[in-house]
Amino acid sequence: MSPSQRAWLRFRRNRLGYWSLLIFCTLFVLSLGAELISNDKPLIARYNGQWYVPILKSVPETTFGGDFQTPTDYLDPFIQQQFAKPGNFALYPLNPYHHSTLNYFAKEPNPSGPSTENWLGTDDRGRDVVARLLYGFRISVLFALVLTVIGVVLGIITGAVQGFFGGKTDLLFQRFIEIWGSMPELYLLIIFAAVFDPSIGLLLALLSLFGWMGLSDYVRAEFLRNRQLDYVRAARALGLSNWQIIWRHVLPNSLTPVVTFLPFRMSAAILALTSLDFLGLGVPPGTPSLGELLAQGKNNIDAWWISLSTFAVLVSTLLLLTFMGDALRDALDPRKAEK
Amino acid sequence: MSVKQSLRSELVEDLASPSTGSGQAVHTPLLDVKNLSVSFGGKEVVHGIDFTIQPGEKLALVGESGSGKTVTALSLLRLVMDADLSGRSLFRGSRGQIDLLTLPERELRAIRGQDIAMIFQEPMTALNPLFTVGEQIAEVLELKLGLGARESMQAAIQLLAETGIPEPERRVKAFAHQLSGGQRQRAMIAMALACQPKLLLADEPTTALDVSLRGQILDLLDGLQRKNGMAVLMITHDLNLVRRFADRVLVMENGYIVEQGPVSDVFERPQHSYTRRLIDSKPARDNAEILSDPTRPPVMQARALRVTYPVPLPGLRGWFKKGEFVAVTGADFSIPAGRTLGVVGESGSGKSTLALAALGLLPHQGELQAAGKAWGPDAARNKAIRRVVQVVFQDPFSSLSPRLTVEEIVGEGLLVHEPDLPAPERRQRVLQALAEVGMGEPQGSVTGPPQDGMRSPGGQDVVGLLQRYPHEFSGGQRQRLAIARALIIRPELLVLDEPTSALDVTIQKQVLQLLQRLQRERGLSYLLITHDVDVIRAMAHEVIVMKDGEIVESGPIYKILDAPEHPYTRTLVANAG
Repeated sequence: MSPSQRAWLRFRRNRLGYWSLLIFCTLFVLSLGAELISNDKPLIARYNGQWYVPILKSVPETTFGGDFQTPTDYLDPFIQQQFAKPGNFALYPLNPYHHSTLNYFAKEPNPSGPSTENWLGTDDRGRDVVARLLYGFRISVLFALVLTVIGVVLGIITGAVQGFFGGKTDLLFQRFIEIWGSMPELYLLIIFAAVFDPSIGLLLALLSLFGWMGLSDYVRAEFLRNRQLDYVRAARALGLSNWQIIWRHVLPNSLTPVVTFLPFRMSAAILALTSLDFLGLGVPPGTPSLGELLAQGKNNIDAWWISLSTFAVLVSTLLLLTFMGDALRDALDPRKAEK
Repeated sequence: MSVKQSLRSELVEDLASPSTGSGQAVHTPLLDVKNLSVSFGGKEVVHGIDFTIQPGEKLALVGESGSGKTVTALSLLRLVMDADLSGRSLFRGSRGQIDLLTLPERELRAIRGQDIAMIFQEPMTALNPLFTVGEQIAEVLELKLGLGARESMQAAIQLLAETGIPEPERRVKAFAHQLSGGQRQRAMIAMALACQPKLLLADEPTTALDVSLRGQILDLLDGLQRKNGMAVLMITHDLNLVRRFADRVLVMENGYIVEQGPVSDVFERPQHSYTRRLIDSKPARDNAEILSDPTRPPVMQARALRVTYPVPLPGLRGWFKKGEFVAVTGADFSIPAGRTLGVVGESGSGKSTLALAALGLLPHQGELQAAGKAWGPDAARNKAIRRVVQVVFQDPFSSLSPRLTVEEIVGEGLLVHEPDLPAPERRQRVLQALAEVGMGEPQGSVTGPPQDGMRSPGGQDVVGLLQRYPHEFSGGQRQRLAIARALIIRPELLVLDEPTSALDVTIQKQVLQLLQRLQRERGLSYLLITHDVDVIRAMAHEVIVMKDGEIVESGPIYKILDAPEHPYTRTLVANAG
């Protein structure tokens, strides 16, 4: 059995971490299909003997007996009446709101509290909180995944180069990291947010520029340790090239800290995005985001359903990731591995 | 289960056989261990052993790694984490007989260090690097005997002087890293003896030391033991040491005591097969010698070889210039084809540096030739010469990458040197190399279901072997894998850097026999680096002795061992026993 298989068995033995992984993956997969779960367009509709798939193809309101050529607002009571007529029907998603849907037909002023229509109420612009949370969760996790992957790749490459070649390369790189790391990241972000149009791509680029350093140090340390072990010497004596040695011998044996830190890096990335959004420096306006919801909750302190539900989603996401991280750390702990 | 039962019955027989009862049996023993079992998480590693230690007795506990000897000693003081202990361990201390295994932790702490003290294998890690040696000895005295700061420091100097450390007044203020290995171990002994314990547990006290120091430490322990009249329980795997030091010996195997008795009886008339194997495991020279073929040119030649390491210079100078540490200088040697050149010396003498230079991994000055061509890191880019010199390292656990399978490890050289070889043929060569080092046979439990088409000539399933990972093998098997990895590309010279010193004695003998057989069959040359004179005696044809980076003596094996000239060689040979 390979060492990674053994680590996986140890991971599975940690029930908390294993279930956290399962739950997190389920939630993530569900959120990837958010359009099918929470959308203001019916999945499928039948009107006057014709089939429509509004979720894929925009249909003008006139088709369903409306007055305008504009895309249909399926939440309009008139349209819903039309579908209620015998022979017609519309299959709505579980939660009939998109994250950008304004509920013009709410009975209370915005933000309105939880009701049978909006399970967790609406935000201050009348958008459904459940939909915002679902899409916000998706964006957070996707953002964190991409940021983690970029950070890990950069961190491994820089750490590997420093650790394996050592000497002057290492010295220069370390000084560069010290200078780079002392740049005021947050102020740079504020400045860039003012200069450029805010976008997720810009955020990713900026955060990646600073996100690789922590990991690079760990990879460097592992490489420094592993490169002088006997199996690397033996590989040199066999005549393997530097890159072959890195790829076949040192890298696979230096990935423990990388894997261990994955969940923690994910949760740090989610938290970073949330804080930036909370400050208004993050994603462009209108994008569903947990940080923006939190900011709304702060501004509408009596609309408890906004802040509480967002808080709950954020905390459970971070908790799931932390549990996974703990289990992973235990699974990869070399001292436990021996037993 | 049946094995255990048979062992147990043998154990009963051994115990029943009358031991040479001197007057000692009349006294109540100092320590009486009854039915001691130790288990970790439900897995028993020591199975109900009984033994006694008389006051002032020197008892040795021998066995190979994993036999449970260290766990036994540590559990006497309940120093093993997460272990479940059962049985009784009656100690006759200053307050009458007490059971160490049930004593409350607080009272046990009073016993530790005062009545029973311990010294460890590696003094570098056993001493706290942040305190001076004096402070650490004084701490024991202040804690246990309630001495004042000034008195205890005086006593510490006294103790250091007793253990033979020169200039104790100065050394008492030294940190562990400022002392040599031997001095550190002496300081450890001084600390252990601070409260004049009745029993000293010594866990491999000389293993981490150079051969020339081992004798000194042993003499010191012997002298102090006699002077203080304390009992010593010495845990060791070194039979020479037992013969020289102990009165009585316990032999442990797999958590059972398989034999015990006075040293001379056990050594002369070993009853148990395991004891016989242990005693028999002294490396032997294979009688079937081959004569070196004078027509073949030497595999490697060095003249005035000098290897240095850059070291940082202090202060501003270090910014512009690097100092150098001379690891090897003025080394002349030649390795004839099909012969073994042994290199002996203590740690720091430059022998491992010599090995790395011979491998072409270190830049050097002077002349070095492999297979008649200039050799070094630059020449090593030439794959044709690269394959001439291969290596087997000391530690079988760090010399195989833990994330590669046996097939990947052993076949790696072929990827470099014969990249065009098709996969099935490569696999065939790997199997061949494994068979040559005696790994072709199924190794215990073979994992994985047999697959069609991949059966060794004998019809055995070997796919399991190829797909296994290094951690599934024992130390000796791993060393065989390392040898197979080197052999597969058919080198002419094998650099053996302490190839057996990390192995148990019985395994050591097998590996040395394997190496001798390979030399006979293939006409291989060896550059054998070791500190073990027994290994040199069994393997080498020519010997060079190194000290402080220089070759102090060289010549044919019989001359060096029988008539050593240099004083260092003489202590080395004398200490080998």
